Amino acid sequence: MGTPIRSRPFDVELDQLKNMLLEMGALVASSVHRSILAQTERSEDLAHQVLRDESRIDLAEIQIDDFATKLIATQQPVARDMRLIVATIKINTELERMGDLAVNITERSLATMHLGRLEDGLYSDIAELASLVEHMVLSVLDAFVKQDAEAARNLMASDDAVDRLRSKIGNKLVQLMQSNPELIPRALNLMFNSRSLERIADHTTNIAEEVIFLVNGTDVRHRFNASREIEGLGAPVLDPQTS
Amino acid sequence: MSVDKEKMATAPQRNISMASMETLHSAGAQQTGLATKIEARNLNFYYGTYKALSEISLAVAPNSVTALIGPSGCGKSTFLRTLNRISETIKNTRVEGEVLLDGVSIMDSDVTALRRRVGMVFQRPNPFPKSIFDNIAYGPRINGMKGKMDELVENALRRGALWEEVKDKLNKSAYALSGGQQQRLCIARAMAVEPEVILMDEPCSALDPIATAKIEELIFNIKSQTTVVIVTHNMQQAARIADKTGFFLMGKMIEFGPTDVIFKNPSKKETEDYITGRFG
Repeated sequence: MGTPIRSRPFDVELDQLKNMLLEMGALVASSVHRSILAQTERSEDLAHQVLRDESRIDLAEIQIDDFATKLIATQQPVARDMRLIVATIKINTELERMGDLAVNITERSLATMHLGRLEDGLYSDIAELASLVEHMVLSVLDAFVKQDAEAARNLMASDDAVDRLRSKIGNKLVQLMQSNPELIPRALNLMFNSRSLERIADHTTNIAEEVIFLVNGTDVRHRFNASREIEGLGAPVLDPQTS
Repeated sequence: MSVDKEKMATAPQRNISMASMETLHSAGAQQTGLATKIEARNLNFYYGTYKALSEISLAVAPNSVTALIGPSGCGKSTFLRTLNRISETIKNTRVEGEVLLDGVSIMDSDVTALRRRVGMVFQRPNPFPKSIFDNIAYGPRINGMKGKMDELVENALRRGALWEEVKDKLNKSAYALSGGQQQRLCIARAMAVEPEVILMDEPCSALDPIATAKIEELIFNIKSQTTVVIVTHNMQQAARIADKTGFFLMGKMIEFGPTDVIFKNPSKKETEDYITGRFG
């Protein structure tokens, strides 16, 4: 229509919000990376860095929520602006939980660091799982920055590979515990840590869903359309148009 | 505008019989099952040679609130004024296309009867220089209504969410009311003749947030009795009160749809740019 588009002071604030979230994302990605290294390399230094960064992540969560709330109150955002702020608030929560899981991995690693190692194959599986999860974390942050719904959608498929690998590790650890009960404490530790990595991947998938919502305005959570009935249950999903 | 009380009583201005108006009214009432109350089809409007509206097609459901938004000069008020043919009062204008009320072209209706069925509230409150009571009673009187006027006035003022504030001063001048109260009086006055559609042209633009909130509550309440089409520059107001919203730009309707879709995820870039304030 040839109508001139202008930049708004609000755009500066939205960029600031995005940058705050990205800084937090980088912090969480580092914590996840260090938590795995702390375990595989038995590094107390790395473990303590993760523990120290937890409070920084918590503070960032509060600051982002506070700033996003302020923007809602003062700018009354609509359309893409609104979706960006809503997605940011949700991604913020997901990132904070990912940070907590990195701390959980670290604490368990510290608790068993003085004990002997299990067979190397297990650690290489864990390292592969960690590599997959880290790749997902970095990719989803990249998809958010580029507002790339396609990349976010592709990334969600990686979650299945993570689930398969986690299951494989779990089976190996069960066999190990059955054959050698003395190893149960260390094996359980690895079991819990692989579970934490899988949960981090799940949170990454949730973030990918928010990126798709931000870009396309469509809600792809739980893999069904909110306006349809849940297949098999026959119960209508709450639809704001009709409820 | 000065209105003489005696003239009101004798109602000489009426140019349509009550019988024919009742026929029109019942024709509308019989069709309330229709999914569309008022509809524009391929509407064009010209000020002289200037084409102010281009191919506007829009269907308004009964008992709904429809908001029209867009920058100044986009044609939304012009469009509103075509819906009860008030646009005809402007010289050197021309309309093409159709407006249907209950499926019948408004050009086939007597214009006075049409405006009784399709009332209007303007940007600035325009009470008559008379008492609060007479402001409400004026319309019903000139339409030949007799008896129980007190009851009618009370009901109209209640619908206008004004009764509690004015019930002890009905004989005071309407000019003694605040701006917000005057606007609610004008809405109550429009409602007194039980219109099927009410057109509102920026009814809150001169009001403070409290008065605006009262008008918005009023619009929500009268929706059960009438159909509302409102032009507003306040997009949050459109988002709050409208079931559907239409975005106008340069004489065209760019997008029309459920309000939540328009404000959450509009399909047209122009809509998004406008509602997010990116138009320069």
